[in-house]
Amino acid sequence: MISLLKRIFLAGIVSELPPPAGDQGREMERLQDEVLRILGRALTIRAVDAGSCNACELEIHALNNPYYNLEGSGIKFVASPRHADMLLVTGPVTKNMENALKIAYDCTPDPKLVVAVGDCGCGCGEVGSLFGPNYATCGAVENVIPVDVRVPGCPPPPLALMQGILAAIKTR
Amino acid sequence: MTTTTLRRFHSEPIDFESQPGVGAPLWRGRAADSEDFLRFAISVHRHDGRLCALWGSDERAAGQGFRVHAVFALDEGWQYLTLDVPADNPAYPDLAGIFPAASRMQRATYDLVGIRHDGEDQRPWLRHGGWPADWFPLRHDAGDPPAQENLPTDYDFVKVGGEGAHEIPVGPIHAGIIEPGHFRFTVVGERVLRLEQRLGYQHKGIECRLAGADFATGAKLVGRVSGDSTCAFAWAYADAIEAACGVEPSARALALRALLLERERVANHLGDLGALGNDAALAFGLSQFFRLKEDWVRLNAQVFGHRFLMDSIVPGGVAMDADAAGLEAIVAQCAAMAREVRELQHVYDEHAGLQDRFLTTGIIDTALARDLSLSGMAARATGMLLDARCHRHDYAPPPPWDKLAVRPASDERGDVAARAAVRFAEVYESLRLIRLLATSLPAGELRVVVQPVPGASGVGVIEGWRGEVIVGVQLGATGRLARCHPHDPSWQAWPALEHAVLRDIVPDFPLINKSFNLSYAGQDI
Repeated sequence: MISLLKRIFLAGIVSELPPPAGDQGREMERLQDEVLRILGRALTIRAVDAGSCNACELEIHALNNPYYNLEGSGIKFVASPRHADMLLVTGPVTKNMENALKIAYDCTPDPKLVVAVGDCGCGCGEVGSLFGPNYATCGAVENVIPVDVRVPGCPPPPLALMQGILAAIKTR
Repeated sequence: MTTTTLRRFHSEPIDFESQPGVGAPLWRGRAADSEDFLRFAISVHRHDGRLCALWGSDERAAGQGFRVHAVFALDEGWQYLTLDVPADNPAYPDLAGIFPAASRMQRATYDLVGIRHDGEDQRPWLRHGGWPADWFPLRHDAGDPPAQENLPTDYDFVKVGGEGAHEIPVGPIHAGIIEPGHFRFTVVGERVLRLEQRLGYQHKGIECRLAGADFATGAKLVGRVSGDSTCAFAWAYADAIEAACGVEPSARALALRALLLERERVANHLGDLGALGNDAALAFGLSQFFRLKEDWVRLNAQVFGHRFLMDSIVPGGVAMDADAAGLEAIVAQCAAMAREVRELQHVYDEHAGLQDRFLTTGIIDTALARDLSLSGMAARATGMLLDARCHRHDYAPPPPWDKLAVRPASDERGDVAARAAVRFAEVYESLRLIRLLATSLPAGELRVVVQPVPGASGVGVIEGWRGEVIVGVQLGATGRLARCHPHDPSWQAWPALEHAVLRDIVPDFPLINKSFNLSYAGQDI
């Protein structure tokens, strides 16, 4: 127990301030205010992997590490689309996931936000075209459900994901 | 260049020739008929060998029939065996009775190429409802898929009856931020009676995209089969291309590839050790290990330009270099990381609640691991010393491993605790290797030109962090890829997970699952 407490003490707080959204810099409090003003409560996200290679998921995991500390900004991942304000969707949507993704979208209560993540999910860049529609995939997320914000990258780093999530909140 | 030698294995009547180049020791042979093919598989099994991969190809465009490709492993190295099957009756003998791991690969081979095994389980594997059952995407004359409404299909799960038995369906979308797949538990109370997986949700038709691709495009695609193993896949692909085209990368390129592969191994073990703590309700572990992993991948980005090192390994060598300052930062980080991980291991080892969850949970024993052709970290956690990087009495690893004297980590318990212990040991060993590689990088060209050799073929084998990653390539008449099959070790490990959970209760499943952390995308390709 002593060694556990010692480790917590020595590691200290490593969380960094959230990135600026748009042109103007924002601090943690203003971000939380923004979330509260728009939604009146915390933002909940349901991540759906609809066909990625798992690299995008690794970066979404990183959002919850102590550096990015997304939950500290009042944004958290939930287990059911019924509890979610936003779907964070990765992958070129596979034919085998098309139905599941549509069901998850239908289960998410309105008003809902959808953020497409990664070059495959956005259908952009070289990788997006390499993983374009074929017999097994539908291609970009927007080919299957409506998308509000796109976060390209292969995979997009955590900061880009945070900016994308913020940009989506600002559309409402 | 190594000269080609012929040899037989265990007096089976198939002549194998050694694959040239600097990759893992591999021999290539052709079975004259189904009987030879089957007999060789039986012989491999009798000598405690493994079935490493199985796939099919359509050779009708070249005036032949179809072809079955299988990679086996014996103590001396790997055997790549092909069997030609006639175009008018594309069938081959079922290997699942010898190697249970063959079953899903055979079913996938039928879904994609339309060549049938004569075994019992003929259920589709990768095909759900997206394309018709009589249309095969990897046939050269497949054309566009016939229009078909993509409706959810029923799957014939094995039913378990009896009083009090009921089913718990999970997925394809899971509760966490994970890849999709379906698990069907049959339970009595909390005890798991049976787990059956249905995968294929991540199937992207990567092999179809690879057909006709040039080398560079192929490297991008194969490097994205499983994002957490991009270095292992890219290296196995490069090995296969280089063997096919008779090219050897420089000593510097090989050392840099090893450095990247070990950095990938450490990153994944750090993440999984944290997640294992979290699944046993020690959130402290997740925060601490994820902090270390973030430090680790940030240095990747700083030195090599990508957090997960994608597109760094290419046919002919590497597409990056490390300068003196970068290498210095890497060496310094290894020292700091070893210290921090040791402290965290001490916390894990001393934590009674955590150990209570880890010990005797999700057991696989050596016999089962061998039966299922398991490789990699999960196999070493059952006491097997299987590691393509390590010397054994009848096996010398390829460069650069031959000079590094890699020490295999193993643990005989076969439970979650064993897999955690192997991961800790592998982190320390990888840190040692990275320091060694970074302080003794040989000079040499980063990348040599690879001239395609039309019609050539090759197979690459790399010890990724999960296990053995295999890539088989076959070049067409124009020198582009005619067929390329990337094989993830998860093909063999998923069935092992079905067994591991049998003595346990449903709430232990996430912990057991995480201790393997298998790839969905890698097996669904």
